Amino acid sequence: MNNPFMPHEAEVIARHDETADLFSLQLRFTDPLIHSQYRFVPGQFNMLYLPGMSEVPISIVSDPDDVHIIDHTIRKVGSVTSNLGRLQVGDRLGLRGPYGRGWPVVDAENTDLVIVTGGLGCAPSVSLIEYVLRRQARYGRIHIIQGVKHSSDFIWRERYDLWRQYPNVEVWLTADTGDTLWPERLGPVTQFFDQLDIDPKQTSVMMCGPEGMMKAVVHDMQQRAVPGKRIWFSMERNMHCALGSCGRCQLGAKFVCKDGPVFNYDELAPYWGHKGV
Amino acid sequence: MNRQRFLPGERFQSLIDQLKSAGYDVVGPQVRDHAIVFDALAKVDQLPIGITDEQAPGRYRLEKSESRRCFDWATGAQAIKPMTFVARETLWQSERLPDGSLTFHETLVKTRPTAIIGVRACDLAALSIHDHHFMRGAHPDPLYSQRRQSLFLIAVHCMRSAATCFCTATGDGPRARSGYDLALSELDEGFILEAHTGRGLDIIVQLGIDEATVEQIERADAGIGQAAKQQQRILPVGPLQEKLVSAVEHPRWQTLNDRCLSCGNCTAVCPTCFCQTHVDEISLDGQQTSHIRQWESCFNPDHSHIHGIVIRSERAHRYRQWLTHKFGTWEEQFGRSGCVGCGRCITWCPVGIDVTEELAVLCKGLVNE
Repeated sequence: MNNPFMPHEAEVIARHDETADLFSLQLRFTDPLIHSQYRFVPGQFNMLYLPGMSEVPISIVSDPDDVHIIDHTIRKVGSVTSNLGRLQVGDRLGLRGPYGRGWPVVDAENTDLVIVTGGLGCAPSVSLIEYVLRRQARYGRIHIIQGVKHSSDFIWRERYDLWRQYPNVEVWLTADTGDTLWPERLGPVTQFFDQLDIDPKQTSVMMCGPEGMMKAVVHDMQQRAVPGKRIWFSMERNMHCALGSCGRCQLGAKFVCKDGPVFNYDELAPYWGHKGV
Repeated sequence: MNRQRFLPGERFQSLIDQLKSAGYDVVGPQVRDHAIVFDALAKVDQLPIGITDEQAPGRYRLEKSESRRCFDWATGAQAIKPMTFVARETLWQSERLPDGSLTFHETLVKTRPTAIIGVRACDLAALSIHDHHFMRGAHPDPLYSQRRQSLFLIAVHCMRSAATCFCTATGDGPRARSGYDLALSELDEGFILEAHTGRGLDIIVQLGIDEATVEQIERADAGIGQAAKQQQRILPVGPLQEKLVSAVEHPRWQTLNDRCLSCGNCTAVCPTCFCQTHVDEISLDGQQTSHIRQWESCFNPDHSHIHGIVIRSERAHRYRQWLTHKFGTWEEQFGRSGCVGCGRCITWCPVGIDVTEELAVLCKGLVNE
């Protein structure tokens, strides 16, 4: 019987430092057959393994139609991610995936999109934005709202400037606090919602970021009568197996690794907003 | 396919011998360190003959029984869970080669056909839940599956309940209903055997024993009925998922925060708890690793740790997670409660927290509404 816990060898094809603690790794399975069979959707994740350390779940940011590479943007938040940050081109590591349910990119076709991101380098939403912009004809208007703590946290400015040039795409940026040259807004992401001219019946909301921000967005969108089944978010929990076996990622009755990490509000409503669930 | 047969008590060794000659390693209950544990069984006199257990919240004692029966006790701290879901095992290994490449190796599980004598109805129900969890998902677990498939199970219908037993409330006992090859009902003079599988019947046929009498069968049924009547603990009327999830902010959780030690004993003895930690062990030269799976408890703060945050930071959160999962959200995941009524979590809780008492309080307000 196939051992689903066991990674496969992968090679670092390219690496790029985004900020002091954020970096991107482009990977490829060294076995061409495994690489050729690998398919994913935006919002899914892989388990990355460094020998002697534990495995970590990392969101996939590359485009699913780009079959050459598997791209991850990773923040150094612990020992494994810090050591992943030391990998160089040609280094080998363990990789298995993809896992979980990604963004509802097919269900959301023909609707307007509101994509809200809190914090910096939120990989699940970057993959989503890149995906929908490359397939823009399938969607209505696309509103991208990005919030960061401090204006100096803001990265990928060129990317946002590029996104702004698409027709029918609006990009809104805000920082909790900003220096004097910050040309964008200050304050929470929800401040823009009054300016969004959205039809609640024809809008899909997708977000990722701190749970506090997501709670505020859910509350606001419900006030605007967006149905709970079209308010989507990517959740984060401790994971050791990614297969629904180890039990660590449970959120109510859901296993975040296989039922999520992307959920709609209705699915998590009974558990939403309670501390320690 | 099957008529119930009678094996005289003095011939019980012949069952062990027959299982061995059929190729099985035999495992059965025995007394060790003042508790009943399961281990290799060669001779019938290793069984806990004339021993009974006295259980209460936070209390487990073995005592002399009035009878000479082998199975006149209810449950030990563990039964068969460690034989299928092993407390610590290697999932796979990796090796760094001199050229920098990385290879991965599956670990091979060595199993031998193993017959376990003395499996209780609650433990069979728990095994069935674990079969669902480990073998019927999108990614069947090869280690569990191989161990599971090596087992030949000989159930014992319970004739005596401990004070902590409540399998009648979960519907899982005291009579074993399914999932076994052979079942025993113990009478003072011997055992009634019934087969549930073809290979179970083969063993009975080899023993060359007579049919049990109607009177013996009636006496066994009465004994099992007696075990059911001894049970005092009850559960709120299910399903409980909605009730428990709705009780998420119930003040009772705070009292549990003050009583629960977060020791994880309940999760260690629970026959259905399946949470795991996966850790890497590395060789001294740094070139080889073993990826180890071991039992984990949701009472450990690390269980819900994500980069600097512990989601369930308070004991109340962790107790709520365990109880709400076991009796509530388990229903959505597995189509039934995660509790089989064995009562181990009550017995082995060092401060004697009784889940049936907690559930009565937590679900009460909603029942009355």
